[in-house]
Amino acid sequence: MSLRLAGVGLTHANGQVALSEIDLQVARGERVAIIGPSGAGKTSLLRLLATSLQPTGGSVQLLDCQPWQLGNRARQTLRARIGLIHQAPPLPARQRVVTAVLAGRLGQWSWPKGLLNLLYPLDIDGARAALQRLDLGEKCFERCDQLSGGQLQRVGIARVLYQAPELMLADEPVSAMDPVLAAHTLKVLNDDAQQRGATLLASLHAVDLALAHFPRIIGVREGRVVFDLPREAVEPAALEALYANEQLQPSHSEAPTTGSVQIPRC
Amino acid sequence: MLTHLQRDPATLPRLLLTALVLLVLWPGIQISELNLGVLLQADNAANMGRFLADFWPLAHSAEFLQLLGRATLETLAIATAGMALALLLAVPASLLASRALSLSAAHRQGNPSAWSKALRWPARGLLIVLRSVPEIVWALLFVRAVGLGPTAGVLAIAITYSGMLGKVYAEIYESVDPRPARALLIAGSPRLAAFAYGVLPNAAAEMLSYSVYRWECAIRASVIMGFVGAGGLGQQIDLSMRMFAGGEVASMLLTFLLLVLLADQLSRVLRERLL
Repeated sequence: MSLRLAGVGLTHANGQVALSEIDLQVARGERVAIIGPSGAGKTSLLRLLATSLQPTGGSVQLLDCQPWQLGNRARQTLRARIGLIHQAPPLPARQRVVTAVLAGRLGQWSWPKGLLNLLYPLDIDGARAALQRLDLGEKCFERCDQLSGGQLQRVGIARVLYQAPELMLADEPVSAMDPVLAAHTLKVLNDDAQQRGATLLASLHAVDLALAHFPRIIGVREGRVVFDLPREAVEPAALEALYANEQLQPSHSEAPTTGSVQIPRC
Repeated sequence: MLTHLQRDPATLPRLLLTALVLLVLWPGIQISELNLGVLLQADNAANMGRFLADFWPLAHSAEFLQLLGRATLETLAIATAGMALALLLAVPASLLASRALSLSAAHRQGNPSAWSKALRWPARGLLIVLRSVPEIVWALLFVRAVGLGPTAGVLAIAITYSGMLGKVYAEIYESVDPRPARALLIAGSPRLAAFAYGVLPNAAAEMLSYSVYRWECAIRASVIMGFVGAGGLGQQIDLSMRMFAGGEVASMLLTFLLLVLLADQLSRVLRERLL
C-alpha cells in the first residue's frame, strides 16, 4: 500500500477547515488524478501527502510509515522517498537550472556531498537527461530567472524526475503550459511512474487531461472526497455536480443557459 | 460584515504607531540635551575655525607619507583580520539563531514549534552578549591584556562584529523567500544543504553588501581604537592632534575618505560581478 488516509481532517490556524473526513487508499504503482473546483482542497491534500502539512485529525500512512510518529531523522529519510511538484516551482532566481535539478537528490545525499555539488555539479549528465525528457536539455546552464513560467514549471518537474521518488505528487504540474506541452509532460510523468513502479497523484484543473492520462479519478469539493472512480465510470452528471457553482449561477430573469456546465480546459 | 470593512482596517494601528513615534522622539531630544544653538555662539565658532584653519597646507613630506602609508596598511590589516575572525563565529551562530532552517516550521506553515523557538535562544543570547559591549571597551581591556598594538584592535573587532554580523545574517535568512528552503526540507534535504540551495542564492547579495559595509565600519572602528593605543591610523591621528599638527590630521582624514570610497567601490564591483 503506497498511502492510506483514515478520517483525515485539516484545519488551518485561522480556523478555516481545509479538509475533513478524508478516507483514501492508493496502492503502489497506481496513477490517480485529483480534480475539483478552485479552493476545493486539492493543494492541501497533496501537501498533506507530502508531509508538508500535519493533519489535525485522523491517521496518515505513507509508504508503510506513519510520518507523524517518526523522529525528525526518520521522517527526513521518508521524505526523501516522496517527491512533490509545486504549482509555482520554489526555485531561487539566481540558481542555475542544473543546480536546481540536482537539488532533487539532496535528501539522498549526505550534506558534504550536497555542498560539494554546489561548487561543481557532480551529475551533469543526470540533470541533462531529466531536462531532455521535458525538451529543456539546452537550458541546463542558464539561470532560473531567464526562463518563462512554463519552462520553470518543467524545471520543477525535472527535479522530481531526477529525485525518482517512490511516491510522486504533482500540484497542477502543467498549469503554465500550452495544451501540446501539457499533454507531453503528463505523458512523461505517467511513463516515468509506470517504468519505476512509482505511485503518481496529480491535481489538475483540466478535466480532459485527467481523463486522458489517469486510470483513476478522485473528485474533491469543499474539503471532501465526492467521488473516487475508475475513469470509465466517471459520468458527466458527476462532473457537473463537482463543478456546480451556486454563486456564479445566472439569475432567473436571464435567458436560460444550456444545461451543460463549462468544464475548464487548459 | 461589509459595513465593517468599508474603512481600511489598518488605519487605526498606523495612526497609533505615528503618535507613539512622536511621543518617544520628544523626550529623546530633551534628555540628550540637544541644542544646536551652541554651534553658532561666537567664541565656539572661532575655536572651531582656528582648528580647521590649521588643516591647510596638508602634510606631505616623504617621511610623513611613509608613516602614513604604514599606518594605513595597519588599519586595513586590523579591519580585515578582525572581520575574518568575526565571520568564523558569526556564520555558525547565525545559522543556529535563525528560524529559516527550522524543520518544524516547514510543516507548520512557517511557525516553528515552541521547543524549536526555545532552542534558538542560547544562540541569540550569545550574539547579544557579543555585541552589547562596544568595541572601544574591548579594546581598552585587550590593550591591558596583550599590550599596546594592533592585536588588541583585531580581537575587539572580532568580538563585537561577530555579534552584529550574526544577528543581521540571521535576520536576512528570515527575510528572504522561505519557500525554496522549505520545499527542499520537505523533500528530505539536510538543513545545511537546504540553506545552501534554498536561502543562500537569495540572501547572498544582501549579505555581501552588509559585510562590505561592516568592513568599512571596521576600518573606522580601528581608527577610533587607535586612540586608546590599538595601533593604526587612529594612533597617528591622536599623536598629531596632541602636537597641534593640523596639516597631518587633514592628510589622515583625506586617507580615511579614500578608504571609505574604496570600500564603497569594492561593494559595487562585487555585487555587479559576482551576482
